[in-house]
Amino acid sequence: MLNTLWLIPLLPFAGFLLNGLFGKRLGKGFVTAVALLASLGAAIAGTIAVVQYHAAYPSGERHVDLVYNWIASGSVKADLAFQLDPLSVVMLMVVTWVGFLIHLYSVGYMAHEHGYGRYFAYLNLFLSEMLVLILGSSYLVMFIGWEGVGLCSYLLIGFYYETDYAPAAGKKAFVVNRIGDFGFLIAMFLMFAYFGSVDFAKVSQIAAGGGIEHWLLTAICLLLFLGACGKSAQIPLYVWLPDAMAGPTPVSALIHAATMVTAGVYMVVRSNALYRLAPNAMMVVALIGALTALFAATIGIRQWDIKKVLAYSTVSQLGFMFIGVGVGAFTAGIFHLVTHAFFKACLFLGSGSVIHAMSGEQDMRKMGGLKSKIPITYWTFLIATIAIAGIPPLAGFFSKDEILASALANPYFPQWFNALIWILGTLAAFCTAFYMFRLVYLTFFGSFRGTHEQEHHLHESPWTMTLPLIVLATLSAVGGAILGWPHRHFLAAWLHPIFPEIGGVPEAQYEISPNLEYGLMFVSTAIAALGIWAAYARFYKRGLAADEQFAAKMPAVANGMENKWYVDELYAATIVRPLEGFSQFLWRGIDALIDGLLALLGYVVAAIGDLLRFFQTGNVRNYALMFFLGVIVFVWVLA
Amino acid sequence: MIPTHWFLILSAILFTIGVCGVLTRRNGITIFMCIELMVNAVNLTFVAYARQFHQIHGLLFVFFVMAIAAAEAAVGLAIFISLFHHRHTIDVDEANLMRW
Repeated sequence: MLNTLWLIPLLPFAGFLLNGLFGKRLGKGFVTAVALLASLGAAIAGTIAVVQYHAAYPSGERHVDLVYNWIASGSVKADLAFQLDPLSVVMLMVVTWVGFLIHLYSVGYMAHEHGYGRYFAYLNLFLSEMLVLILGSSYLVMFIGWEGVGLCSYLLIGFYYETDYAPAAGKKAFVVNRIGDFGFLIAMFLMFAYFGSVDFAKVSQIAAGGGIEHWLLTAICLLLFLGACGKSAQIPLYVWLPDAMAGPTPVSALIHAATMVTAGVYMVVRSNALYRLAPNAMMVVALIGALTALFAATIGIRQWDIKKVLAYSTVSQLGFMFIGVGVGAFTAGIFHLVTHAFFKACLFLGSGSVIHAMSGEQDMRKMGGLKSKIPITYWTFLIATIAIAGIPPLAGFFSKDEILASALANPYFPQWFNALIWILGTLAAFCTAFYMFRLVYLTFFGSFRGTHEQEHHLHESPWTMTLPLIVLATLSAVGGAILGWPHRHFLAAWLHPIFPEIGGVPEAQYEISPNLEYGLMFVSTAIAALGIWAAYARFYKRGLAADEQFAAKMPAVANGMENKWYVDELYAATIVRPLEGFSQFLWRGIDALIDGLLALLGYVVAAIGDLLRFFQTGNVRNYALMFFLGVIVFVWVLA
Repeated sequence: MIPTHWFLILSAILFTIGVCGVLTRRNGITIFMCIELMVNAVNLTFVAYARQFHQIHGLLFVFFVMAIAAAEAAVGLAIFISLFHHRHTIDVDEANLMRW
């Protein structure tokens, strides 16, 4: 398997081709079988590869499987090659197995939808591209996957293309991501120009070797981070992710929560040698991450659409991951990425199950009291909620706590900056606990607020949907303790080989003193409990009334939160509309001028033709007369 | 013997009549006949010179011209029949479909 790594992404790609080309003709059974087999095949192949990798490289070196020399032009060289190293292994396991679970879930969720084959074709394509992204051995191969998942994201957000909002949301996601991709591309060009290579190992080797100018490293890191901001929905490019909820819910779980949006985090960890050498860039990453975490969390407090709450929660949690990688705690970032994949996939799938039970209703104002109607969904959702809120010993607690502790213990930055990041992160953690339990109380507690028809239809989902929920809830419960128990950190030991030693730069896995860590654990548990208590006090008994009371008391804040702090409006006023106006000017002004000049040429020729055509009477005798006169003149001259 | 220039004068007269006919008549058949007249005027010239210079080339050319005139008559008449089928006239001024 190790020398056929390309097979792993190829399997789902084959599924994409089969379902895309023949899915409609061969029916639902065929589509289901192909899609599930393709994703399961990728998962099994990946697992075999991981086992073989661990046997062959027990100390975690990098394994490269060269497919062919792709570009070899002078000093520019790039191979199409896949690699396995401890980081790829972690991503591979998360992506393939969570991916498979969500494929399974989709079978139940999409059963009654149009475009069943199209859906699974896209989903398989996404899995394939995501695998290219995480298995690629250079920035260039990674970029292929990067763009591929962007395309699939666009296709799946706009899956319900008959509506008017879904295609618009897809377009928005695509355009916003282009801005980030631009940064990624420039960063790659800089690497080509100054390092002569885009291979991960070579780039970090050259960077670690010293002699690279500081401004160059900072520029590359910031440009890469611009790419990460686009893909991983950070300020200022996060606006596409909440809109991306227009897609089917399993897509939100797979692409817009568990896998694709974490690509930016993965990339930063992949480039850890560059970032550690450019602490200024790391400060930017940490600050953006902290601001995004808090900012998105405040919006999540006052959303009504169950998926929108989760979307802002995802943006906020991604912010946490960027705090982690920004303060140099790359392990903690990846740890949170993994636990987040578990609990956020579980939450999204749970919300999908709720929406399924509610016959497509997404507005929490119409829900309530679902606890006893859909018990499996409720219990799995509750476990994942506790996990994200950060109550020990569930998964989210360990990873979030490690990030916050690392932020405070970070050796790279001045103390005041560390404190700032920690405060922002802790506030965001409080908001997280609050809005997640608001969601739970509004959805599952109180009395039912929907229509009679919806109440009549309430039902638990089929096993294809509840099984992934149970598996993911179990992982959310125990995953954190298994992977990252403090000071007996499995993930840290596993990831250790991907952080090269660099002279004059602090260790990538710096020590946090146990006193600080256990003290902070107490604090963050207290914060989470406080958030949960605040939500309980407001929403457990009073439900929606508590929200109305809040709006009456502080209308400005409530309106701001409800309208996402008017960021979309701000962008529309400062960027979109001026750009549109300028484009209109180019179209109606400049373009019309150029067109007019060309048209004028045409008119001149036509006018000359109009004059000349009077000689073409069409009368044969006139021509004959001219002919004879011509002959006479001719003979006259000759004679 | 009749002097050659008499033949030439007759030929010129016939040719001029033909030209005038082509230029003035609108009936396709008449124009056609006028063209025949011009062709035969030329034939007369050929024959006259052949007699004067005792050469056979002129006579040979006359045969060529006659053959071509016959072929031309066949094609031309076919065109006019076709025209008559479609437009019920052989007035050449009526055949102006291609005119702007």
